[in-house]
Formats: sequence, C-alpha cells, structure tokens
Amino acid sequence: MAASPSISIAIIGSGGAGALTTVDSLLETASAAGWHGLFTRTMGPQIRGGEAAGLLRLAVHPVECLPDRFDLMIGIDWLNAHRFGAEIKAGPQTLVVSDPRGGDLPPMVTQSGARVVEVPMKEMAKAIPDGRPNMIALGIAARLLGFTVEQAFAPIEKRLVDKGSAAIAASLAGIKVGFGAAAGIDFGMQLAAPTPSAARRWLLSGNEATALGAIRGGIRFAAAYPITPATEILEWLAPNLSKVGGTLLQAEDELAAINMIIGSSYGGTPALTATSGPGLSLMIEALGLATSAEIPVVVVDVMRGGPSTGIPTKSEQGDLNIAIYGMHGDAPHLVLAPQSVGDCVFTTQWATYLAETLQAPAIILSDQFMGQSRAAIERPADVAFIGARSIASEISGTYMRHAMTANGVSPMAIPGTRGGQYTADGLTHSERATPTSGAADHLAQLDKRRDKLDHFNFGDHWASIEGSGDLAVITWGSLTGAAREAVERAAADGIKVRMIAPRLLTPIQPERLAAALAGVKRILVVEQTHGGQFNKFLRAHYDLPAPVRVFNRPGPLPITAGEIHYAIAEWR
Amino acid sequence: MSSVAYKQADYKSDVKPIWCPGCGDYHVLMSFGRAFAQLGLPPEKIAVISGIGCSSRIPAYTNCYGFHGVHGRSLALAAGLKVTRPDLTVVVASGDGDGYSIGGNHFLHACRRNIDMTYVVMDNHIYGMTKGQPSPTTEPEFDTALSPGGTGVAPFHPLVVALASGANFIARCFSGEPNQTADVLAQAIKHPGFSFVEILSPCVTFRPDEKAWKDMVHPAPVTETSDQGKAARRLMTDDGFNIGILYRGNRPPFQPAIGASNVDLSELEKDFEL
Repeated sequence: MAASPSISIAIIGSGGAGALTTVDSLLETASAAGWHGLFTRTMGPQIRGGEAAGLLRLAVHPVECLPDRFDLMIGIDWLNAHRFGAEIKAGPQTLVVSDPRGGDLPPMVTQSGARVVEVPMKEMAKAIPDGRPNMIALGIAARLLGFTVEQAFAPIEKRLVDKGSAAIAASLAGIKVGFGAAAGIDFGMQLAAPTPSAARRWLLSGNEATALGAIRGGIRFAAAYPITPATEILEWLAPNLSKVGGTLLQAEDELAAINMIIGSSYGGTPALTATSGPGLSLMIEALGLATSAEIPVVVVDVMRGGPSTGIPTKSEQGDLNIAIYGMHGDAPHLVLAPQSVGDCVFTTQWATYLAETLQAPAIILSDQFMGQSRAAIERPADVAFIGARSIASEISGTYMRHAMTANGVSPMAIPGTRGGQYTADGLTHSERATPTSGAADHLAQLDKRRDKLDHFNFGDHWASIEGSGDLAVITWGSLTGAAREAVERAAADGIKVRMIAPRLLTPIQPERLAAALAGVKRILVVEQTHGGQFNKFLRAHYDLPAPVRVFNRPGPLPITAGEIHYAIAEWR
Repeated sequence: MSSVAYKQADYKSDVKPIWCPGCGDYHVLMSFGRAFAQLGLPPEKIAVISGIGCSSRIPAYTNCYGFHGVHGRSLALAAGLKVTRPDLTVVVASGDGDGYSIGGNHFLHACRRNIDMTYVVMDNHIYGMTKGQPSPTTEPEFDTALSPGGTGVAPFHPLVVALASGANFIARCFSGEPNQTADVLAQAIKHPGFSFVEILSPCVTFRPDEKAWKDMVHPAPVTETSDQGKAARRLMTDDGFNIGILYRGNRPPFQPAIGASNVDLSELEKDFEL
C-alpha cells in the first residue's frame, strides 16, 4: 500500500451527534504526531440539531485548502446530509463507513461509486453505559488512519477532564470498540510519515489567529457586536486583552462598536473591531470619519454569504466591493486580506501596523472558511510590525493636527498633551483641523490623505508571488491555498504557472503587479463571488497585459485546487 | 483641585461659532467654561465629544480636546475614549435630534453602562441645522414644511427614559441662566457615573416662540432624591420646565481595569500550543 502525502476525512451527523468534536480531536491527535492539518466545519444555521459535518485534511505539508474529494467518509447518521451534499464530494476511491440505522445514503454517496462498509455505530454505543456513537466513529477513523487508541483518546481525555471519570471511561470504551470494529476494514490508504520538525506546533482557528495578530500589533482595545462568523475573534480577545492591560466592550450595535474604537484610538489606544458583512455595512459611515479625521482603526470583516443576511455560516468573498468602495466621498484607506489560518496572524499584525503608521482605517477581509477552520501549523514567526504612530508630544505654537508633511502623515496630539488641543472632525477641515468649506483646504487634505498611502513603501509583503510561466493565476484571500496547490499540481504535469495573490488590496500597487506579470501571456482570475468583483477591481485599477479568463463562483461551495488545476490545464 | 486658577476664557477657542445671533447655545458654551473653571480642570485634560447638529458644533469653540463625529454616535465614541483614558474628563454634547432620534439607542445603553461621563443635550425641540424640521421633542401640533399641520406624535420624554435606563444623575437647566447651568454641570461632572443634563436652549430662528421659555422655566419645587421610585413619579408628572437636579443616584460607575501589564505575549500563545 503506497503512502499518501495527504488524506481527507469527513465525519457527518446531525447537529449534536458530535461529528465536529470527533474531527477536532482527530486533528489534535494527528498534529501531536507531527502532521499538518486543516479542519473545516460545515453546518446549517441551527443552534443545536440540523446538519453538521467536520471536514479534515491531514498531510505531511502545510494544508491551506480542502481536498477535491474525500478519501474516508463516516456517516454517524445521514438524516440531514442532503442539505450540504454538494459541499462534500466522494469518488470511486472513497471509503464510506455508514451506520445501517443512520438513514438512507445521500446522493453524494450513492452517485459517487464509493465503496460502502456498514458498521452499526449506534448499536455499539448503546452497549456501553453512556456510550456515544461519535466515539465509535473516532475509534474507526483512528485505526484507519494508523493511530493507536491512546493517541485518539488523549485529546478526548483532556476535553472531558471536568466531566468526571464515568464520561472519560465511556469515551475510552467507545474508541476501543470502534477501533476493534475497524480491524476488518481495508481502507487502502496510508498517511505518509510526517517530516520531523523542531518548530513548535500550534493548533488554532483563523479567528483566533486574527485576534493574536491584533494583540501582537499593539491593539489594546476592542469593541464589537456579536455576529457569525466573527464572534470567536471577540471571545478570544475578551479575556486576553485584559491580560495585557487592555479591554473589550460589547457594544449595543455595530454603529456603536466602530465609534467606540475611534474614540479609543483618538485617545491613543490602538483599537479594533470584528464583524461580518451586515456589520460592515453599518460601520461604513464612521469609517469615512476615521479616514477624514485620520484616526487609525482596524476593522476585521469575516466574510459570509451575502447580500443581506445571506448565509451566516458559510464562506464567500462578496464583501470586496463594499470594503474598497463603500464609503461616500473620496476616502482612501487600507484593505488587506489574509491568505490562510496562519497568515491571519501576520496580516492582522501588519494591518494594525499600517493603520497606526499611516493614521488611516484598515479593513481586513477574512472569511468564514479561514476564520472558523482550525489548523495544525508551525508557530507563526514573530515580526517587527508593531504599532508606530507618529505622536506630537512637545508642542509649541499653534498645533496643526493635519499639517502638510513630506510623507503626508502629521504627528498626532493625544488628549492630555498640553498645547495640542484640537477638535477632530469629519467636516472638511484646514491643517489646524478647523472646519472649512473652501476649495483649497478640501483639495489639500484630499491630496494629503491619498498621497500618504500611495507614497508609502509597502515592501514585498503586499502579495504572495510564486512560480513562473506565461500563465498567471491571480487570486486573493482564502483561495490562495487552493490556487497554490493547483499551481503545484500543474507544475507536476509540466505546466509552468505563476501565482499572484495580493495581501494588500488597496492602496493599489501598479508597479509591483506590472513586475509580477512581466512576460505573462494569459491571466486566470479566481475568486469566490457571483459578480466577479475581484476581476472588475483588477481591470479598473491595473493594466493587465494579457487576455483574462475568470473562474468565479459564489459560496458556499468551496473552490478546490482540482477545479483551478482543470481551468489551468484547459487553457493551453 | 488644581493649583492653577483657570478662568472661563481659558476654555474658549478663537473659532467663531456658526450659531445664529441669540441662539441659546452661546450661553451653554459660556456655562461649559464656567463649570470647567469652577472645577479647576486643565483644558487639555477635558475631551468634549459631539455628533452632528447646531449643538454638536460646540467642541471646536472650546479650548479643550474635541471630537465632532458622525450624527448620533457621540456617546459611543466617548465610551471608547473614557474606558481607555479614565484620567480624562469626558463631556458629551448633543441636541434633541442627534441625541434622541438618530442616537436614541446609544442613549439607552450609555445610561445603562454608567461610564463616568457627562451627557449634555441642548434641547430646542427642532432640527435647526437642516432648517426647521420636527425633532423627537417637538410638540405634536407644531407646523413645519416636513410635517404640515403638525406631526401628531407625542414628544419623547428624555429624563424619564434616562431614569428607566439607569442614568446616575439627571438634571434640567435653562441656557438663559448660565451661572446656574454651570453649577449643575460642575456637579454633574463631579458625580461618578453617567450624568445626564438636559439644557433647554431656545432656537430663536425656527422657534421664535421659545423666547417665552425664560418666563416658563422655574426651579423644581422638590428636594434632591436618590430614590428611583420618587424620581420616576416626579419626572412623569414634570411640566418640562422644572429646573434643577432631579435625581442623583449612587450606582457605581463601570470602569474595566486597564493599564500597564507585564504579561509577556508568549503567555497568550499557550492557548495554541499542543
């Protein structure tokens, strides 16, 4: 049996069946043993009950996207599986372990040609006092993936520490029964041995990574209104900000949240809020205020399906337009997008640094896929980007809050500083910050706010640029991982492709993109929107030197590496 | 108290107000200066936060730090400032449109949150800056171009709402009595928690009838109370022209512990380590 560098498992059940817990603990087991992994959840809008599936991909290399199809699928039950069937693909190579009492096999299984093995997980669980079918499933998965009972049990034991010895014993018994039941099953696949590494291993979600990046970048105040799928950022920040001398306020709505962080930042404390599309819509007016008054703030938008309430629990990249063009007036600001769970740490820290340095709002476009996935990764490196606001501390004469300077950034007086008193204003203002409706002041301040961003040297972090060849795949955000894998697969076929994924969306970087595209003859734009927002953005702001094709599709179906690979191969 | 003696003039900037001649807000500006001087507050330690409207223009006319933000959100902005900078004296300035209409929800939650700040609403029962539309405190029969024949809608009762929502200090003043207003403002600023001061401030341009307010206001014929039940009855039966401190509560203000920390960030990373 050949060892595979990557294996993917889906565990499916009704909400409450414990499918997500099972997959999460498998990720921990694999991670402790040295593999990389990515665990994505897919579920409906239910609080409890309904459909839920845990999707896990384990590999010897970093994992940043889902597989084209799953190698192993365990159905604890199939009661609601048809609702997300299209998101979980099986194939003839797939092994499906199914409980005969778990309901009819869904079309995604019956139409795939997958091999089905029946294991009565419910019945087995019933025979154990307090037994649960998901622990049987965990035992099965552990054996098929080559883990021991002890390895599978360790994370469960940790989780159940507060639940008492009976619960722990029941889980262990369940894992053992499942492990035994899998003895006769031939999976036909084996995960290649992990590459030994001295790096510290982390297990975290994109939302947690975002929160950590914020604190690393100097954020010490957050205000927010709960919203799916961004809430985990706030729930991690609430206890952790207070450990570092900061705090979080739960606002009455998103209008309050954005204004609270503007107040904090005005007072000298770097501040952030996190939300999703509906919340960003409410924050736009105040983002214009922060732009005009030159108050740095960071807004994380964990994108979900839109418009309106859309699909709160599932991913899409449809907030690109509002993030870039949402504000009225000419309001230059920063828009950034992390590219993986691990990159959420870096991009949020960098965005905070840029907002503070340039005294402008930064919008970070994460998404549900990244935000709510948990990944086993190497510890993200420390970087030197820590909030560096230009402060006016010694003031003599008339303080000019919005003074014209060489780089467009004016030292900011923090309340409490004698002689620095000024009134921050969303009205068009003079250098002194005094309201005016004159054409000259209006133009001067518009120029200043544009130039401070346009003239800043953002360096190589602006984009991930990889590979070579005369076909370029341009994508962004959480699709970067799938595009990267597609480019690698194409390279394995002998097709050279380059990948360009901007981490910095605005301000635009025309010279850098032109350099990255030098010699390119075909451009494939890949994005998860219905209207091709990213393609339109590129065409509006950049000279694209070659014919362009667009592969775009709205959420919630993930765009896979296989599909991008196909689109590359097809365009010869 | 500060060792430096401050005068009212120390709190006034050289920016010329856009207010109409005779506007009540001039007197409110004067009262701000007198109250700050009475408390001996250094101007750079005061932040005056506002939204949009005639009254919200006041920060730039003071020599304090100021923020003239978006319409209706001044209380939220002030909350973010005060919890991270508890050393500052935070005064929020608003009007009946900014504070009670577009900013109504923030009013409820600011009262409830009880952060130590003073909320001053200059109430003239009209939208002045947009030239004469009815506000939440406009009388139902008051005729405007936007509401021909009157709105037919009962006015909002801000003091009752403040009490029900948890404000810790509730007072009404009349701009035409700047000394008394200054004295109430000084007490409001000193009082811990969220203090709400409604100042009747006539709009002589769109509500010339409000010139009569000077004869209608009268000292509240009551003693101060910290009893919410007593205050509720008092405010519900109020004629709208009682001047004075109508409620002084003793709820502890909300202030999360913030400040320097010697926790190493690597401590936080332990959450993620296997």
